[in-house]
Amino acid sequence: MDLVVAESISKDYVNGKVRIRALNDVSFRVGGGTFVSFVGPSGSGKTTLLNLIGCLDRPTSGRLRVAGTDVAGLDRRKGARFRGRHLGFIFQDFNLIPVLTVAENVEYPLVMVRGVEGGKRRAKVARLVEAVGMADERDKFPDQLSGGQKQRVAIARALVTEPDLVLADEPTANLDSHTAGLIIRLMKSMRDTLGTTFVFSTHDMRIVDAVDVVHTLRDGTLVKAADPGPGREGESRV
Amino acid sequence: MFKLVTIALRNVFRYKRRTLLTISLIGIGVAFVLVFVSVTASFKSLMISEITDSMLGHVQIHRKGYVASLDSLPLNLNLGPQAIKTVEETLAGFPEILAFSPRIKFGGVFSNFIESTNIRVNAVDPDKETATVPLLSSRIIEGSRTIAPGTILVPELLARGMKVKIGDVAVVVATNEDGSVNGFQFTVGGILRSVTGPGGRDGYIHIEDGRRILRLEEPSVSEVAVRLKKIGSRDEVVARLEKTLGEHKNAQGRPVFEIHGWTKLTPFFNIVQMIDVMTFFIQLMLIAVVLISIMNVMLMAVYERTREIGTMAAIGTQPGRIISLFLLEGLGLGLLGAAAGAALGSLAVVLLNVSQVRFNFGQQKGLILSSKMNPVDILTISLIVVAVTLLASLRPARRASALDPIKALRQV
Repeated sequence: MDLVVAESISKDYVNGKVRIRALNDVSFRVGGGTFVSFVGPSGSGKTTLLNLIGCLDRPTSGRLRVAGTDVAGLDRRKGARFRGRHLGFIFQDFNLIPVLTVAENVEYPLVMVRGVEGGKRRAKVARLVEAVGMADERDKFPDQLSGGQKQRVAIARALVTEPDLVLADEPTANLDSHTAGLIIRLMKSMRDTLGTTFVFSTHDMRIVDAVDVVHTLRDGTLVKAADPGPGREGESRV
Repeated sequence: MFKLVTIALRNVFRYKRRTLLTISLIGIGVAFVLVFVSVTASFKSLMISEITDSMLGHVQIHRKGYVASLDSLPLNLNLGPQAIKTVEETLAGFPEILAFSPRIKFGGVFSNFIESTNIRVNAVDPDKETATVPLLSSRIIEGSRTIAPGTILVPELLARGMKVKIGDVAVVVATNEDGSVNGFQFTVGGILRSVTGPGGRDGYIHIEDGRRILRLEEPSVSEVAVRLKKIGSRDEVVARLEKTLGEHKNAQGRPVFEIHGWTKLTPFFNIVQMIDVMTFFIQLMLIAVVLISIMNVMLMAVYERTREIGTMAAIGTQPGRIISLFLLEGLGLGLLGAAAGAALGSLAVVLLNVSQVRFNFGQQKGLILSSKMNPVDILTISLIVVAVTLLASLRPARRASALDPIKALRQV
């Protein structure tokens, strides 16, 4: 079953009297459990697309279904609830909450978003912190961690609620080459273990090489490859 | 909720210097208000006690219309025997009343045989009067502490002006109700320290002497002064007395009695009210200080933590939770500030008491300012501060919860 179905979605931004089309008639599908990447130059619409899939923004036109829900119709509150239930986020700058320890950052969505009870919550956190290799640093605060360690924590936080889909916006952009490779391997292994779907927006060719499906965006339009993979119509591989 | 409180508290201490400055500002404001309230309360209490315990009593009962003509001390508006009996029986039924004292008041001429001057004479039963206004005996600065028949207590200024001393003989001449004049010879039994206000020319004689000088054939009093067990029950007792005594009407169907609390009988109550108004404005200033400082700090926090708020919103935190987080942070600052202020204020009051600050009030010199920190005041001021911090945090909190996650995440 497709986890994300986008049908002719467009997104316009209005800046004063100027209307800018960030996405133009984009259609694609993302299957469950896949590793998908959107690539393209800066300004091509990658982040806009991730924001739409992440219910942080709404398309100007077109239909977008995520995890079986028409997300274009969600208001602010319902959007937040949907994100908490179905989505996980990994950010380029890690975006950990500085006043929380590693374990507390991972625990945050369970407490503040899902309201999972104590014992179950602690077990999940311990499992995820262990899985991303941060068990020894669980009581450290973000400012005591390296960039790679922060991103590991961010991955654990994104996965702790067992979301259907993890959206990762340039997750390796602020990491050195070696750490970026480790992070990519970690995400892949988490996908393999948990079956979570990952959607990336990236420039990083190591991610592009690692993913199952690549969509290329240029000037807000999806560029279709000449030879899409079997059963992957509408998707393009670079 | 516990986690939310933990996050809020950690955020409060995240910017230590700023938090310390804000808490200090609130703390100093709270301490200042508490010291002001405590000092003015003790000044007020001393002033009220000086007025009520020296002369007025807490409540006074008169014949209807007497107070309006108080300056002329009209004898024709005295309470007669039946009215006195009614009042005494009524007062006996009030457990809140500690003591009462019937008084005959009249204007007279005081003469030392060389010169004469006006005097306001209070003819009282000494035991009842001291029970009702216990500071009276402490006002006797020379001579006997009792009012024996045939003696007169002369106010200090009058004694000095007329050059009379203890044991001297003086004559008081008074006009009776029927217009005839009668004189009576007294021995100066004591000199009274003057009280501030119209009581500065009040002399005291025994009630039997008052009846004799006025040639009263049957008991008659100008007023009945009442002392309550708790001065705070004044309004309630006055209301109940008005209801009970109000049932007594004269031949014209009008009420026989009028009842006044001390606040209606002395202009010093205006000073008390002025102090209350000043306290109110001082509290307003505190509210303004807290409001502005908390709002400033919280708005700054929202601005600085925009990305963090965006992250929280992006991962699904409901706007209500973000509002709660910022309200809790504001509340934390308010509570810490209030606690610091209460501690600082209490310390300042202790230091004030230790240093024995002296002041003058009217004729009284060298009164020691003895202030007490009232727990109710601490609680009230703290609640005001907490309420204001919540109010001040509301706008920044709403702003934080309304941030667009996309724009917030873009913030550098």
